[in-house]
Amino acid sequence: MKIVACVKRVPTTEAIAKPTSDGQGLDPAGWQYMLSFYDELALEEALKTKEKFGGDVTVVTLGPSEASKEVRECLARGADNGVILKEADPSTRDPRSTAKALAAKIRALGAELVFTGRVATDRDHAAVGPMLATYLGWACVSEVFALELTETGGTAKRETEHGVESVSFSLPAVITCNKGLNEPRRASLKGIMGAKAKPIAEEQPEGVPNQVIVKKVELPPARKAGRIIGEGAAAVPALITALRNEAQVL
Amino acid sequence: MATIVVFAEQSKGQARRASLECIGAAFATNAKVVAVTFGAGADAAATALGAAGAKEVICLTGAEPFSPDSVAADLAKIVGETGAKAFLAAATVTGKDIAPRVAAHLDSTLFSDVTGFSASGESFQVVRPWLAGKAIATLTSQAPVLCATTRPNVFAPAEAAGAPTVTTRAASTGGKATVTAVEAKVAGKLDVKEAGVVVSGGRGMKGPEHFGLIENLAAAFGNAATGASRAVVDAGWRPHAEQVGQTGKTVAPVLYIAVGISGAIQHLAGMRTSKVIVAINKDKDAPIFKVADFGVVGDAFEILPVLTEAVKAARAR
Ligand SMILES: Cc1cc2nc3c(=O)[nH]c(=O)nc-3n(C[C@H](O)[C@H](O)[C@H](O)COP(=O)(O)OP(=O)(O)OC[C@H]3O[C@@H](n4cnc5c(N)ncnc54)[C@H](O)[C@@H]3O)c2cc1C
Ligand SMILES: Nc1ncnc2c1ncn2[C@@H]1O[C@H](COP(=O)(O)O)[C@@H](O)[C@H]1O
Repeated sequence: MKIVACVKRVPTTEAIAKPTSDGQGLDPAGWQYMLSFYDELALEEALKTKEKFGGDVTVVTLGPSEASKEVRECLARGADNGVILKEADPSTRDPRSTAKALAAKIRALGAELVFTGRVATDRDHAAVGPMLATYLGWACVSEVFALELTETGGTAKRETEHGVESVSFSLPAVITCNKGLNEPRRASLKGIMGAKAKPIAEEQPEGVPNQVIVKKVELPPARKAGRIIGEGAAAVPALITALRNEAQVL
Repeated sequence: MATIVVFAEQSKGQARRASLECIGAAFATNAKVVAVTFGAGADAAATALGAAGAKEVICLTGAEPFSPDSVAADLAKIVGETGAKAFLAAATVTGKDIAPRVAAHLDSTLFSDVTGFSASGESFQVVRPWLAGKAIATLTSQAPVLCATTRPNVFAPAEAAGAPTVTTRAASTGGKATVTAVEAKVAGKLDVKEAGVVVSGGRGMKGPEHFGLIENLAAAFGNAATGASRAVVDAGWRPHAEQVGQTGKTVAPVLYIAVGISGAIQHLAGMRTSKVIVAINKDKDAPIFKVADFGVVGDAFEILPVLTEAVKAARAR
């Protein structure tokens, strides 16, 4: 089975937001980067699927050359090869533009199963997976926390506000991965050594102009200073009064 | 007047609150709102959709068993036929699944989880958080149709807007993925993203056996959901669906109560836009107190039972 895991390099969750002076974006000075949290689940599911059905796993990222660090980590965990679709700052692409570039590459690779994260933790679109599937004309199940695959399709479970849905689908398909699906493995020493010889291709992505126009980027309004009401259970009556009279939420 | 198509969820005739809010967001721009819904009871839900601001309600018949790709294709067709300039859905798990597909059909990008939506003439502007709310972006788009999902608890449904015209339409068939079963939720249990009040517990709760104290406080409020920090979700004390934070859910309830949660940057990102924040923590220097409107320093095990009774008493008055 030809499997693709889509992964994105994002700022770490410790990153501090500071709007640029033109108010059009965020200043990345001092940021560290990581593989987006849910993409680790996507990679793990891809590796598990390969172990069960055979085939190979290609890691595809739309990002800067520096993302080779994150891609190399995926190869060390067991992916067979990596592709970097070069984009200096992938967060500036809107989800349509990202999905189209990924779809073009996935088509060219001849893949039949694609794993993505539920959401990338930079712009929090949670959109690229289902968009990608729609552009490919494939089945898609999003926010999957349990998956049973066969050679031709499968059943996936997802938790919605009205309960747990079981969804049956046929291949080719895009699965967006949620917590609970698996526990991502760490790279072994042997994997790390082996990854050095695995290929990472750098390519130009299909150029799809953005549709988004940024008007301004700001920090959220600061919360007005709160106060300590008191200590222990003795503070409860004062808290109730504050919730009722001041905050008017009770 | 612009037309806006809204995907509205309902179950057994009961419209989803987040969908009513989404219709309200569209209605507030003076647009003509066409709500599209489906499932058993759709016609009964239509009245509520109309009251929230829908002028027209289209019920898709035969859309169950539910196939998201078929319904998305139908929605895109309806957007085309009505000449709508915007498409909205609530940012629920279902809405977030459907909306990107509709956007792709319309070759338009998607703005997810917007907290602001406004119009000037036929062009729209949205506000949405970046980095889980660490920054706020105001955006417009050159897309043929502005597609967005609206964050629950942010917008208000219109009040008694009117009675809608209701039509039915056969849903398309041949979906590539189909919902074969839904294991219904425990009745009355609200999702953290939708609840007006969220009571969350962290590692300070010491173990899963003590979350009854959190659940009791939530129950005392009536309309509350229980949430959790990642530390307790990773420890297996609470289900993944309850995790609040940058890699969990972003919530904006009227009242958020953090109990035994230190207030790490990733947790704050997911709850700092709550209207009122209460923190209960035994460490007076815990970072959670920096965002809390009201803090109580002390042992959660001592405070929670007393607070639960006091909330019950206050609500009974
Ligand atoms: C990539 C990444 C993503 C992350 N995403 C998230 C996320 O989405 N959501 C999230 O929550 N975290 C997230 N985290 C984890 C985050 O950094 C913190 O580790 C986590 O939030 C801590 O959880 P906690 O507050 O429950 O535990 P702790 O930090 O251990 O805090 C426990 C608190 O309980 C208090 N306490 C102890 N006993 C009592 C008592 N008897 N009564 C009252 N108070 C008591 C203590 O004073 C302390 O403040 C992420 C981390 C990383 C690296
Ligand atoms: N630039 C990118 N490169 C590779 N995969 C991506 C990229 N952006 C998004 N994805 C995939 O799509 C998922 C959802 O992203 P998003 O819609 O941006 O939240 C991510 O978890 C990735 O799996």
